[in-house]
Amino acid sequence: MSAPLLRLERCTIRFGGLTALADLDLAIGAGELVGLIGPNGAGKTTAFNLITGVYQPTEGRITFDNESIVDRRPHQITAHGIARTFQNIRLFASLSVFDNVRTAFQLRARSGIGHALWRGKAFRDEERGIARQVMEFLDLFHLSQHHDAPAKSLPYGDQRRLEIVRALATRPKLLLLDEPAAGMNPTEKIELMRLIQFVQDKYHLAVLLVEHDMQVVMGICQRIAVLDHGVKIAEGTPPEVRRNPKVIEAYLGEEQKP
Amino acid sequence: MKAARSKLIVLAVLAASLGVSLISPRLDPYFLDVILGIGINIILAVSLNLINGHTGQFSLGHAGFMAVGAYLSAALTSFLAPKLLGAVPGTVALQSFFFAALLAGGLGAALAGLLVGIPSLRLRGDYLAIVTLGFGEIIRVILQNMESVGGASGLHNIPQLTSFFWTFGLAGIAVYVIVSLVNSTYGRGFIAVRDDEVAAAAMGINPTRYKVTAFVLGAFWAGIAGGLYAHLKSSLNPTGFDFMRSIEIVVMVILGGMGNTPGVIIAAVLLTLLPVGLRELPTLTFSLAGKPIDLVWKELQMVIYALFIIAMMLLRPQGLFTWAPRKKAGE
Amino acid sequence: MTEAIQQLVNGLSLGSIYALIALGYTMVYGVLRFINFAHGDVFMLGAFAGLFLYPLAGRQPSIGGAVLILVLAMAICAAIGILIERLAYRPLRERPRLNVLITAIGVSLLIEYGGQHQAVLGKNPRTFPDLLPSTNFSVGGAVFGSHQLIVLGLTLLLLVALRFIVLKTRIGMAMRAVSFNPQAAALMGVNINVVISFTFGLGSALAAAGGILYAMNYPSIEPLMGVMPGLKAFVAAVLGGIGSLPGAALGGLVLGLIETLIKSTRWSNYADAVAFAVLILILLFRPAGLLGKTEVEKV
Repeated sequence: MSAPLLRLERCTIRFGGLTALADLDLAIGAGELVGLIGPNGAGKTTAFNLITGVYQPTEGRITFDNESIVDRRPHQITAHGIARTFQNIRLFASLSVFDNVRTAFQLRARSGIGHALWRGKAFRDEERGIARQVMEFLDLFHLSQHHDAPAKSLPYGDQRRLEIVRALATRPKLLLLDEPAAGMNPTEKIELMRLIQFVQDKYHLAVLLVEHDMQVVMGICQRIAVLDHGVKIAEGTPPEVRRNPKVIEAYLGEEQKP
Repeated sequence: MKAARSKLIVLAVLAASLGVSLISPRLDPYFLDVILGIGINIILAVSLNLINGHTGQFSLGHAGFMAVGAYLSAALTSFLAPKLLGAVPGTVALQSFFFAALLAGGLGAALAGLLVGIPSLRLRGDYLAIVTLGFGEIIRVILQNMESVGGASGLHNIPQLTSFFWTFGLAGIAVYVIVSLVNSTYGRGFIAVRDDEVAAAAMGINPTRYKVTAFVLGAFWAGIAGGLYAHLKSSLNPTGFDFMRSIEIVVMVILGGMGNTPGVIIAAVLLTLLPVGLRELPTLTFSLAGKPIDLVWKELQMVIYALFIIAMMLLRPQGLFTWAPRKKAGE
Repeated sequence: MTEAIQQLVNGLSLGSIYALIALGYTMVYGVLRFINFAHGDVFMLGAFAGLFLYPLAGRQPSIGGAVLILVLAMAICAAIGILIERLAYRPLRERPRLNVLITAIGVSLLIEYGGQHQAVLGKNPRTFPDLLPSTNFSVGGAVFGSHQLIVLGLTLLLLVALRFIVLKTRIGMAMRAVSFNPQAAALMGVNINVVISFTFGLGSALAAAGGILYAMNYPSIEPLMGVMPGLKAFVAAVLGGIGSLPGAALGGLVLGLIETLIKSTRWSNYADAVAFAVLILILLFRPAGLLGKTEVEKV
């Protein structure tokens, strides 16, 4: 088997005296759909922030595409091929739906300040090309009819989907989705999961999916890792995880709390 | 098409400025002074809008950048030009030298902008505001102690080279530069950084580089405006570039609507005319507890600014001239 | 040596005043995470309150009269601080912090330039009266004014009182709770609005005391007198670590010492710029300040 796309080795992160993640090992292969689950406060979002460079590990190594990405800044990691969404939607509120996706193209655009000022043919061609691609991405998620609307005016579910489109537009190899189904009803959740499988397949993406809801993840993930209190307590196929007594305890333990 | 048109508009502005410039000696000097002041304030407001409005980095030090440009260009035309060009320079030589001096002033201010931009990388809104205020004050104190440019008594007898052409030609270019920049895929990054820095970085946007770019470019134009101001008023004093001058420019941006270029231009025009208008208003006299009180309107300028700021933030934080709620989804 | 002791006392007495103002910045920042730009103007109003209350003290300067004036001025400024928060800041509490900062700048300008109008305080400096007879005495060649010692003593007293309020009283505990986590504090039954009003009141009272002490040492007062001390005290709060009360006190003293030191050299003309240079350096190299803790932004 070839080297995995993303590999976390013995990653630990501490904030003051609090250990948010301890000795986390995690590997994701190209094109794989992996779930990361666990009760509230288990460290799922912290793991995302670690991978995307928002936090730095106190100890441990992170490699992506055979290169260490520790000490890289978030925008460099995105340029390297990891994109993400946020648990609490973070769209650019004053930009339109179209422009939200357009910001992703800054990464690969050849035009800089000089071109934007001179507005020569190369610049105009590139901008037209970008506009076309933005609309294609929006079409994919049935958002193109709203392209002119302010991002914040979209209904909640559409905002979540727009965030995914925006992340996809950076052309990642690995997409990190942080509770993309949060706040959705069961029908919307199923629809969203289908969509995730569809784009994963279409762009041959690796996806790491954080989800609070076990049922949702079980349906689509090939492999699931379970975190509890910053420690990985289980990893395996959905049936394996479902049967694991530690996992059952972690979840039951949570439900028993007031 | 659109790109070609906007370049044409700039050319038209340049030509019109040159045309007006030819007849401007026949205009009333006071009137001309006010009009040129409008042009200079447009450059200041539009450039501060790039930093405060589009990029969301609240700067209170724009007058400091303006001071750098003003002093640098004035020093060049006052001290260097006579040596290089002789006592009676030709028009072309003098005007070219003036243009070069303005550019040098702009570049000097841009360098100062770079210095301010670097700490801004780490600071959030309110801290940055105070740091830029501090930078502006540091620049002022340094100028006050620099005897080579007149120290506290100021620099005088600067050649009056600022014409209608230079003022409005450069204002046109400044507006073009900032509007074109923001209306591009690259330029949307400024707004993304303002809206959500973390999300912007997740899109591959380097927030640091954008913030520094905004500071450098904004400071460059403030420096140009400072140069124009110096060669319009023909004397400079460090106290003219204090915190209150920065506030005047900030008020233009707030009133016009942060990030809204046309609104900010309108606000720059109106706020330049405000003190002119206040001077024309008659003094009211009334008595308070038996004492006669004179209400001199032009003394109330800063009070009016203060009330503008408070009222805008409480009632209309998006600015006076931001209309048209954009189309809602599903309409 | 004599010179050094002299400068030390001068620096500490100036620093004490910065410390008193800095405490208000830091407390407000603690509960609201916002810089109250108008705080320096409350300091100025404190000095003017002292001036207007002076006739109450009787004909002869006396300790009783001075204490009366001080307490009344602190009460008046506390009311002004609470009023400013109520009218200008509270309506904006859910808006971006930057909007509140801009409003605070507006409030500050309104007090300063409104105050300059002849119908209010007037532009021309006024002489602050002697609240207490001042004497100079010398210790081993160094000359101290009694006012300087009063400043040091009173600051110490107020710091102890503040420490007591914050650590030992119910409202102080509520302040700390709100500063630690406003949502949790609200859930625990803390009335956030009361706490915020109290914080503004307390900070403004300290600023008023600072204003009176400042005016006793530099007895020419005018509406813009609060601008520079206000900004410097803010620097002091950041230097000590914004949000930290001991930090604000320490930052004030350190800044006062630095400034006095600079004033005694040939760089004295740059004294006003030094505070800002300190601010920039501290933010670059130790943004949490001398005694503060770094906050991690939640993503």
